[in-house]
Amino acid sequence: MAASMTSGVRSTTLLLQVLRRGIHQSVSKGVPTAAENVSEPAGRHVVTLVPGDGVGPEMMGSVQEIFKTAGVPVDFEEYFLSEVQSAQSADYETVLESFRKNGAGLKGIISSPHTFKGTELQTLNMKIRRDLDLYANVVLVKSLPGYITRHDNLDFVIIREQTEGEYTALEHESVPGVVESLKIITKAKSKRIAKFAFDYALRHNRNKVTAVHKANIMKLADGLFLKSCEEVAQYYPSIQFETMIIDNCCMQLVSNPHQFDVMVMPNLYGNIIDNLAAGLVGGAGVVPGESYSDDTAIFEQGARHSFATAVGKNIANPTAVLLAGCNMLRHLCLEYHANHIEEAVYKVIKDGKVRTHDMGGYATTAEFTTAIVNSL
Amino acid sequence: MAASIQRSLQLRKSLFLRLVPQVVSVQRGYVASPAVEKFAKYGGRNTVTALTGDGVGPELLACVQKVFRFAGAPVVFEEVEVDANTSDSEYLNKALLSVGRNGVAIKGNIATNHDSSQVSMNVKLRTELDLFANVIRCKSLPGVSTRHGNIDMILIRENTEGEYTNLEHENVSGVIESLKIITEANSTKIAKYAFEYAKKYGRKKVTAVHKANIMKLGDGLFLNCCRNVSEDYPDIEFNDMIIDNASMQMVSRPQQFDVLVMPNLYGNILSNIATGLVGGSGVVGGVNIGEDYAVFEMGTRNTGMKLKGTNTANPTGLLLASCDMLDYLGHKKYGSLIREAVLNVLNEKRIHTPDLGGQSSTTDVIQAILDDIKPGTKA
Repeated sequence: MAASMTSGVRSTTLLLQVLRRGIHQSVSKGVPTAAENVSEPAGRHVVTLVPGDGVGPEMMGSVQEIFKTAGVPVDFEEYFLSEVQSAQSADYETVLESFRKNGAGLKGIISSPHTFKGTELQTLNMKIRRDLDLYANVVLVKSLPGYITRHDNLDFVIIREQTEGEYTALEHESVPGVVESLKIITKAKSKRIAKFAFDYALRHNRNKVTAVHKANIMKLADGLFLKSCEEVAQYYPSIQFETMIIDNCCMQLVSNPHQFDVMVMPNLYGNIIDNLAAGLVGGAGVVPGESYSDDTAIFEQGARHSFATAVGKNIANPTAVLLAGCNMLRHLCLEYHANHIEEAVYKVIKDGKVRTHDMGGYATTAEFTTAIVNSL
Repeated sequence: MAASIQRSLQLRKSLFLRLVPQVVSVQRGYVASPAVEKFAKYGGRNTVTALTGDGVGPELLACVQKVFRFAGAPVVFEEVEVDANTSDSEYLNKALLSVGRNGVAIKGNIATNHDSSQVSMNVKLRTELDLFANVIRCKSLPGVSTRHGNIDMILIRENTEGEYTNLEHENVSGVIESLKIITEANSTKIAKYAFEYAKKYGRKKVTAVHKANIMKLGDGLFLNCCRNVSEDYPDIEFNDMIIDNASMQMVSRPQQFDVLVMPNLYGNILSNIATGLVGGSGVVGGVNIGEDYAVFEMGTRNTGMKLKGTNTANPTGLLLASCDMLDYLGHKKYGSLIREAVLNVLNEKRIHTPDLGGQSSTTDVIQAILDDIKPGTKA
């Protein structure tokens, strides 16, 4: 019964697609005009899939099921990569090569042990980012329709530099009992992330970029970051530019978050603000994120928690990963499929009948996924 | 007559005074170098400025966008409206900043009013962004019947000085001096560019075109610079030719040319002759290139005002330019995919617009190209 229903849904979707194509082509006769940004190559896209630790594999299962039902022309190249379960992990180089080849990927969270075992200071996540030069992390903070939090109608973007700053893994004990941890800020990378932020704002029709810093204390390091942002801002007269100190920024975020549009910041501040902002709209389960290098884009959860305590319990919320998946489709210029799935996700959440535990409901991951499949 | 010139000169003077501090000094400050030494490329997808231009410019750019979408070329266009009516420095700044951000632009040509006192927007763009070289490739197309066959030449034109300096004045009434400026620095730069180009693409000969028999100092300097540079490239043959003779040779025996390097105005004229030889402005693509930026456009800078809205313009030239742009951005796979389809439609399927003697509309050509691309996108 379920199978026949799914195939019925699928054929309807296909029919809709065919209809759309037909309409599209008949409209495009006559004098050509610029149309929406949709790519329509005949082939299918291949993307890399790294499910990650914790509830990652369950979430990806949910994504794959929904993509399949929606008839998305995307094939996954799946690799299990893990630091805590190194025995089952795929070869790191192979995974990296796959990301490089496909240029796009969907990734769960790879947990890293807190304790230093005397081998490497870099975690696997950091290594991927470093090796692929995924310098820009974007977290999209958007209130979900129908899901009440303390602040509603939030819609802002946090852009974080994630290859330098405090995450350089340069720590040493110069004399016993004294540890120096090096925070590195460079002009080249600061300008690069600033330009990314402004280009992002321009491409997504946003009006304001806020640079977050602590240049009153770290006058040289954060000062350089701030100066780089200011230099780049001159190229974007149509976008308002302002600066804010990190501590004040945190306060403003919890008291008046509506003032923000696009925020750009160095590594550690970004990490903290990402989580803070995710908390504002419903937690790690609902906020999508993405990381960019020049050639690769990896889509993942906005707040990076593997939720290892929920493994196998079928309670985790796949919304964040699903929305990240939609953003990936958008990046591949599959606008139609992205909107299709996103609307279904929003509809299920808005109806409020099927919600996972973290959103105050009683539904399991599987039930939530089925609800989305049915509303496609 | 004299009075009207007088008036326009006064107007220009006041305009000049108003423009200079705004555009030249402020702009040069930062647009002369890009925002960051890289393209706006994220996750493998480039943003490219699309300068709409006049006449058929917007239509043809829409064609390029459509073909890119269907080919899956990873390019996002940032459209900036510039045309003859937007000669305000505000619009120019917008365009300049956008190219400064993205590094690469594709452009429909902007019409310039002949009797207005304003400096051409095209020229301003080139000088502000320091796009010192204009490169077009004129190659015979098997599908287009022309008087001469087997032509394959590269025309490299100095783009920023020479006659295009906009320095004209009336020192006594009835006498106009128009200054043509030739500098050693810029002449050496363009000569070097021409020889490097010849070396990179395995060309055999570079011909410098000049009029040094009359302008012994100005064009003489240009010629000397070319000669000096040619000594560093012993593998490449170098000769020079006077512009009038070059024009005659071009229409009688064009096959003798390989790479041509020339100052601004001669380049302008010879480019148009050469383009005419291989099928007209609809089938030749070109690029204006500098140290930091590249602006891709049609080979000859005609706006096609008459064809506007008639759906008869030939999209081939701009599409070929856009393929070069994809190559320049490093998306070679998509560049050759589209180029093959465009040439296939032109040469094999012979779906031609009226300028090539065909009956098809722009849309027909684009549809044929899309159909040709489709199988190639199945990876």
